[in-house]
Amino acid sequence: MNNSVITVRNLVKKFGSFVANDNLNFEVYAGEIFGFLGANGAGKTTTIRILSGLSAPTSGEVIVAGINASKKPEEIKKQIGYMSQKFSLYEDLTVKENIMLYGGIYGMSKSLIKERTENLLEKLNFRDYGNKLIADLPLGLRQKLAFSIAVFHEPKIVFLDEPTGGVDPITRRQFWEMIYETASRGITVFVTTHYMDEAEYCDRISIMSEAKIVALDTPENLKKLYNAATVEDVFIKIARPN
Amino acid sequence: MTEHLSRGCLAKRNSDREKQMKKVIESTDISKAFGSTKALNDIAFSVDESEIFGFIGPDGAGKTTLFRIIATLLLPDKGEMKVLGMDCIAGFKELRKNIGYMPGRFSLYQDLTVEENLNFYATVFGTTVKKNYDLISDIYSHIEPFKKRLAGKLSGGMKQKLALSCALIHKPKLLILDEPTTGVDAVSRSEFWAMLARLRQHDITIIVSTPYMDEAMRCDRVALIQNGSILTVAPPQKIRNGFSRKLFMIKASEKYKLIIALRKYPGTVTAYPFGDSVHVTFSDDSIDESLFRFLSKEGLSKVTAVETEAGIEDRFLELMKKGATV
Amino acid sequence: MKRFLGFVKKEFLHIFRDYRTLFIIFGIPVAQILIFGFAISTDVKNAGVAFLDLSKDETTQKLTDKIISSGFFKRTENLVSYDEIEDIFRKGKTKEVIIFEKNFEKKLQNEGKASVSLIADGAEPNTATLVTNYTMAIISGFNTDISGIRANNPILIQPEVKMLYNPELKSQHMFVPGVITMILILICALMTSVTITREKEFGTMEVLLVSPLRPIQIILGKVVPYFLLSFINVILILVLSWLVFGLSVKGSIILLLAESMLYIMLSLSVGILISTIASSMQAAIFISLVGMMLPTILLSGFIYPIENMDDIYRYISYLLPPRYFITIIKSIMIKGTGFLYVWKETLVLLSMTVLFIGLSVKKFKVRLE
Repeated sequence: MNNSVITVRNLVKKFGSFVANDNLNFEVYAGEIFGFLGANGAGKTTTIRILSGLSAPTSGEVIVAGINASKKPEEIKKQIGYMSQKFSLYEDLTVKENIMLYGGIYGMSKSLIKERTENLLEKLNFRDYGNKLIADLPLGLRQKLAFSIAVFHEPKIVFLDEPTGGVDPITRRQFWEMIYETASRGITVFVTTHYMDEAEYCDRISIMSEAKIVALDTPENLKKLYNAATVEDVFIKIARPN
Repeated sequence: MTEHLSRGCLAKRNSDREKQMKKVIESTDISKAFGSTKALNDIAFSVDESEIFGFIGPDGAGKTTLFRIIATLLLPDKGEMKVLGMDCIAGFKELRKNIGYMPGRFSLYQDLTVEENLNFYATVFGTTVKKNYDLISDIYSHIEPFKKRLAGKLSGGMKQKLALSCALIHKPKLLILDEPTTGVDAVSRSEFWAMLARLRQHDITIIVSTPYMDEAMRCDRVALIQNGSILTVAPPQKIRNGFSRKLFMIKASEKYKLIIALRKYPGTVTAYPFGDSVHVTFSDDSIDESLFRFLSKEGLSKVTAVETEAGIEDRFLELMKKGATV
Repeated sequence: MKRFLGFVKKEFLHIFRDYRTLFIIFGIPVAQILIFGFAISTDVKNAGVAFLDLSKDETTQKLTDKIISSGFFKRTENLVSYDEIEDIFRKGKTKEVIIFEKNFEKKLQNEGKASVSLIADGAEPNTATLVTNYTMAIISGFNTDISGIRANNPILIQPEVKMLYNPELKSQHMFVPGVITMILILICALMTSVTITREKEFGTMEVLLVSPLRPIQIILGKVVPYFLLSFINVILILVLSWLVFGLSVKGSIILLLAESMLYIMLSLSVGILISTIASSMQAAIFISLVGMMLPTILLSGFIYPIENMDDIYRYISYLLPPRYFITIIKSIMIKGTGFLYVWKETLVLLSMTVLFIGLSVKKFKVRLE
């Protein structure tokens, strides 16, 4: 198919005798929305940490944006963006200050930050909010801003952690449209979640259970394969096979 | 076991007789503000005995504030809240003996074991685990093998079951569950709803809040709540049927392009991404060849379109839009 | 009642399951007593002593020899005039100056008594006391020696102790009352405010509030375990300072323990009051440490004498409960005075306790904010 932007081969991660990732193999393609699912404690977090250069694999090969994760984990960090529902923006800073801060962290020049900030505020209809504190913004707006900031430095891959859990249906749709738009520009979107209805929006999903990847395909194919109406049913059938 | 079952059936029949007269919750124009932010505006609804009543809405809609008022933990600025026939303000002491409340963050003592948590809540409510074991056994049996484990070391699903057992231990007449399924995996969620359904046998009325639209179907009746106001109250199927137009599910090879194209199409009223498809309504409530021609001209291939039944989320979207324009 | 006991049991479980809490409750007092004790109570060995002999006769010579040969002292210098005393202390080697008055031997023979002045460096109160105590012991031994020769006509050398720089002389045991005062505020105020705010933070308080437990039961349930532990702590500190440093309570132990209970109650009510204001554990810790610990250490007379403070600080110190408790406990432990001498301070503590408990019960909400 397309060229892959994440390649994982025989990835094993152990903590002492505990195996958190047991021989994972998968590829994520450029411009794809990839859903990474699993129950709490299935080993998702461990994998994400390895993919984002925060932790080294015990064995196996992990290549992210052309960089080997065991050899140059620091390089990976420059190529990725990250957004989580829990933590993303500093509430006591204004919208512009937050953008400035993240742009600065990724080493962007002042003029580039300024130019892109203007574009961003324009695109989000955020003109009036530029000098407002994050704390004063409605939840939905914060969410959208957080995502825009995560891709502000045009990373190759953006990791999203449960991005739309708990937001209202309209914001949620607007958010997914932003994700689609981002993906159509060639940025890979890697979504971790245990909200199964979020998974329905992804191009392909993988389901992790007890340190292994037990299913990987498009939501449609998985639903056919397991004869299920929703991804949630697929998940339940995998986790409780009777 | 059989004796217990027959007792349950008898109680059910009795309660059916009384149902007409007894409302478990009656809320009249409840409003609450925190500083300048309005959390609740004129909330009015009522809950019948032995029903599972759901509050469905996003974070920040006011669900927790409303539940705290029902649980006598907050005072409303305006309006009247009657629970089990008692006023929430004047009768709070008596009420507190008869409600079981499970706050959003499972209120467990992380440094106590499963067993110690349960025993503690039992003594605090003046009862023992033994006395009400039959009520919680269905739930507690899942975690009993781990009763010596610290609550902090449990998985999300197990914490949720323990918290529910603790909230039930004094056999409350009303169970208030604030977002019990948030942060819990799909399997545990579905088990949890099955347990709630079985609790109905015990004559317990349950109100439950959730941000997951799909959970609405598990309730007898639901209230859709947004920005501190109730959009509608009805049985879930009725809410779905309330969708005002015919809804079509359209798929194509490139989703983002499809959305943009559909928005451009003159006959389109709304087009929203919905899982792996786009949910669309048209002004003439039908699709014809011109749509397919239009989409292929926009460069889309593998286009499929079928009529579909609206879900709770579709109706929620519609109601939100209406609220925004009116 | 059963509810209440269940609650207390739960509190004990929290305490005994958390090693950090246990360490704070029992480890810190022991450590503080030992650190304070050993840091300042080194043995006297070869302490520098200078002599100002204004008589220069046979008796003074004998006594000087006896002091030097005791092994505890080392002669640094012989002085000729009073003017030299300050200088020699400043040099630092000399810890004590011994002055024999003029016509020492004559006076002793004619009047049966003569006086010796012992001047010690009060800036090091601990050493000063030890050194003067040792010297006095030697002198009294000398008294018996020479009295034995003339049994029918007892004579007496009267030592007269003077402290330079710190005339009141804070005894080396002064740290024990200070440590007790500080520990109690630490455990009671900090720990109770933290355990209550912890329930708020973890959301368990919501469930406690909707339970049939009454606010007073929740408050007392939190207080009882810490009351018992703090009381055990007081006893532990007293036993420890007696075993290790030989410090015994001069006055009534019952009175001391009763006053401690009062002070514990006061500290606990301060903790509860803090918890009604603070919404998080972090805030509770901050308020307890900055609001209670620091003033206790700095302004209660534990480290800096209240008499030497600026007016403003002295007035602030009137507002601090520890100030009164330190006075009470010092009087009972070291001076051995009875209730009659401390009733005023006791009354102040009592009214503060009533005030704080009243405030906390009133401020403790049966609902959320």
